[in-house]
Amino acid sequence: MKKLAVTLLFTVLLPLSSFKVSAASAAGVEHSGANIRDTASLQRGAKWYVNYCMGCHSLDYVRYNRLAEDLDLSEDMVMQNLVFSNAKFAETMSISMLPDQSSAWFGKTPPDLSLVGRSRGPDWLYSYLKGFYRDENGAWNNTLLPNLSMPNVLWELQGIQTPVYRQETSESGFTFDVIDHFELTTAGTQSPEEFAETARDIAAFLDYAGEPAKLQRKDIGVWVILFLVIFTFVAYLLKAEYWRDVH
Amino acid sequence: MAKVADNMSKKAKSLLQWFDARLPVSSFWNAVMTGYYAPKNFNFWYYMGSLALLVLVIQIFSGILLTMHYKPSALEAFASVEYIMRDVEYGWLIRYMHTTGASFFFILIYLHMFRSLLYGSHKAPRELVWVFGMFLYVALMAEAFFGYILPWGQMSYWGAQVIINLFGALPTIGEPLTQWIRGDYFISDATLNRFFALHVIAVPLAILGLVLLHLVALRENGSNNPDGIEIKKNKDADGHPLDGIPFHPYYTVKDIFGVGMFLILFTFILFMWPEVGGMFLEHDNFVPADPLVTPVHIKPVWYFTPFYAILKAVPDKLLGVLTMGASVLVLFFLPWIDRSPVKSIRYRGLWYKVLLALFTIAFVRLGLLGMAEGTPAQTWEMRLWTLVYFMFFVLLFFMSPRGKTKPEPERVTH
Repeated sequence: MKKLAVTLLFTVLLPLSSFKVSAASAAGVEHSGANIRDTASLQRGAKWYVNYCMGCHSLDYVRYNRLAEDLDLSEDMVMQNLVFSNAKFAETMSISMLPDQSSAWFGKTPPDLSLVGRSRGPDWLYSYLKGFYRDENGAWNNTLLPNLSMPNVLWELQGIQTPVYRQETSESGFTFDVIDHFELTTAGTQSPEEFAETARDIAAFLDYAGEPAKLQRKDIGVWVILFLVIFTFVAYLLKAEYWRDVH
Repeated sequence: MAKVADNMSKKAKSLLQWFDARLPVSSFWNAVMTGYYAPKNFNFWYYMGSLALLVLVIQIFSGILLTMHYKPSALEAFASVEYIMRDVEYGWLIRYMHTTGASFFFILIYLHMFRSLLYGSHKAPRELVWVFGMFLYVALMAEAFFGYILPWGQMSYWGAQVIINLFGALPTIGEPLTQWIRGDYFISDATLNRFFALHVIAVPLAILGLVLLHLVALRENGSNNPDGIEIKKNKDADGHPLDGIPFHPYYTVKDIFGVGMFLILFTFILFMWPEVGGMFLEHDNFVPADPLVTPVHIKPVWYFTPFYAILKAVPDKLLGVLTMGASVLVLFFLPWIDRSPVKSIRYRGLWYKVLLALFTIAFVRLGLLGMAEGTPAQTWEMRLWTLVYFMFFVLLFFMSPRGKTKPEPERVTH
C-alpha cells in the first residue's frame, strides 16, 4: 500500500518539473556563478555599478554606511570611491535625475534597482548584461528584453556584438530567423572572460543589494537550527521517559 | 484539584488557594489538561493541531511587531516593508517569521484536514468540531488574502485585482459589490487601508473566537484517534478510559518534541530559503505595485492555487466562480456526506482508499496546475481533476453507507 502511494505521488509530481514557477528558469538565462560571500566581487560590483549604472538607476533602499559595513569598506573609501554626489554617509544611494526628465529622454524612467536582485535574480542579470547586441537597424537590442529602451552602457568594456542568425522551421512550415550566436565586431577594453567577470560582479552586487540581510540570516540560521536539533533531542528523551509507563 | 497542588511548597499552595477561591484556576487546569484523557494511540497526524496553534501565536507575535513599523498607505507601504527588511534591527527576521508562518499555517491546516479524512474525525459526535474548523479555514484564507495586499508589490496588487473582480461575475450586484469592497473604482489607498484593518483586527478576532469554539467542541467529546473508536466505551474503576492517558503530562511532552521537529523545518526555511523559489514569496512582489503595468503571469500564492485551478477550469466566469465557491462549501457538509458506519480508513474497504487517493492527487495536481501559466492541455487536465475533486464527494455520499468495512477492534491498537 505504501509503495503504491509513493509511486502514485511521483507520477503526479514528476510531469511538473517542466513548469515555470520561478523567474530564473526563463529561456536564455545562463548560470552566473555570482557569489555574495565573495566580498571582493561585491566591492568590484559596487564600483562598476556606481560608475556605469547609477547615472540613471538609483538604489533608493541601500544606504552607503550599510554598504560599507557589509562590504568591508571604510567610510573614507566609500566617500571617495563610491559617492559622486553630495550625499552623506548615512544616506541612501539615490540619484539626482528627475523621473520626468529621464522619461522624456529614454521613453521610460529607468527603474530603481534596489530589489532587482530579488525580482529577476542574479542569473538573469548576468545574462542580461551579456545579452546586448547591435541589431540590423543599428539599435541596441537584448536577448532577454527585446527592443528595450536601455542602451548598452557597458559597450566600452564589452565591445559590440552582432548576431549571426540561423533559420528554423516551425511545425506549421513557417520559417523564421533565430539568433545562433554572437560575433564580436568591435573589441572592448575587456576580453570576453573579463567582461563575464564584470557582469558576474554586478549581478552579485545587485543580489546583495536586494537583500543585505542575506549573509547575516544564513550565519544566524546555522546556530538556530543547531540549537533546535539539541533541544529536540532532549525533548525526545523527556517524552520517552514520560511515555515509558504507557503500554 | 489535588493534582496541581501535590508538588508545591506551602506558600505557593496558599497562593493557589487564594486564586482558586476567586477564579477556577485549578479546576480549569484539571478539566482541560490533567483530567482530560486523550487516546494513547495518536500518531504523526495528531501533531498538526497544536502546531497550528503555535503558528497562530507566531503570526500574532510577529504581526504586532510588523505593525509597529509598517505604513498602510499606497505611497509608503512598499518602502516601509523594505525599511523593515533593511533598517529595523532584525526586521528581516520579524518579516520572514510572518511570511514563512503564513505558508506553514496552510501546510499544517491542510495536513490537519487530511487527518480527518484518514480517520473520520469529522464524523458523529464531532461534526461541530469540523464545521468550526471549516469556518476557521475560510477565515484563514480571508486573513491570508487581506495580508497579501499589504506589501503593495505587483502580485499584491494584481492578485487582489483578480480575486476582487471575481465578485463582479455575480449578476446585477456584481459591479457595485466590487466597488464596495475596494472603496474606490480601482484598487487604491482606500482598499489597502481597509484590508489592513481587516487583517490586523477583524479577522484575527474571528479566528481567536473560532479557535475557542473549535477547542471547546473538541474537549466535549474528546479527540478521535487513528482507530476511529470511542475510548470512553471502556472505562476503569475510576471512570477513566482504559485507552486514555492524561493530556498533561503525556501529550504536552510529546507535543514539545513535535514543536522541536517542526521548528527545525520552520527555521530552515526562514533562515536559509525564505522565498522557497518564489512559492512563499513571489518574485514579482519585489516590484512595487503599478496599476498601469499588468504582470505577464498573475497567480495567487500556492495555498490558493487548487481553487484557482478549479476557477480556471470552467470556461464561464460566473459558473467558474460558483464552482470554486462550491469546492470550499462542499467541505462544510463532509460530516453528513460521509455516511460510513466506521470512521477510520483502517476499517474501511479498498473503495475508500482509492477514492481518498484520487481526491488527494486531484487536490495536489490542481494546486500545481494553478501555478502554471496554463496551456490548453493543462486546462483540460484541470477539468479532469476538478471533476475528480467533486466526484469524491458524490461517490462518498452514495458508497459510504454500503461500502465494505472491516470489524472495528474493541480497544485501540498501540
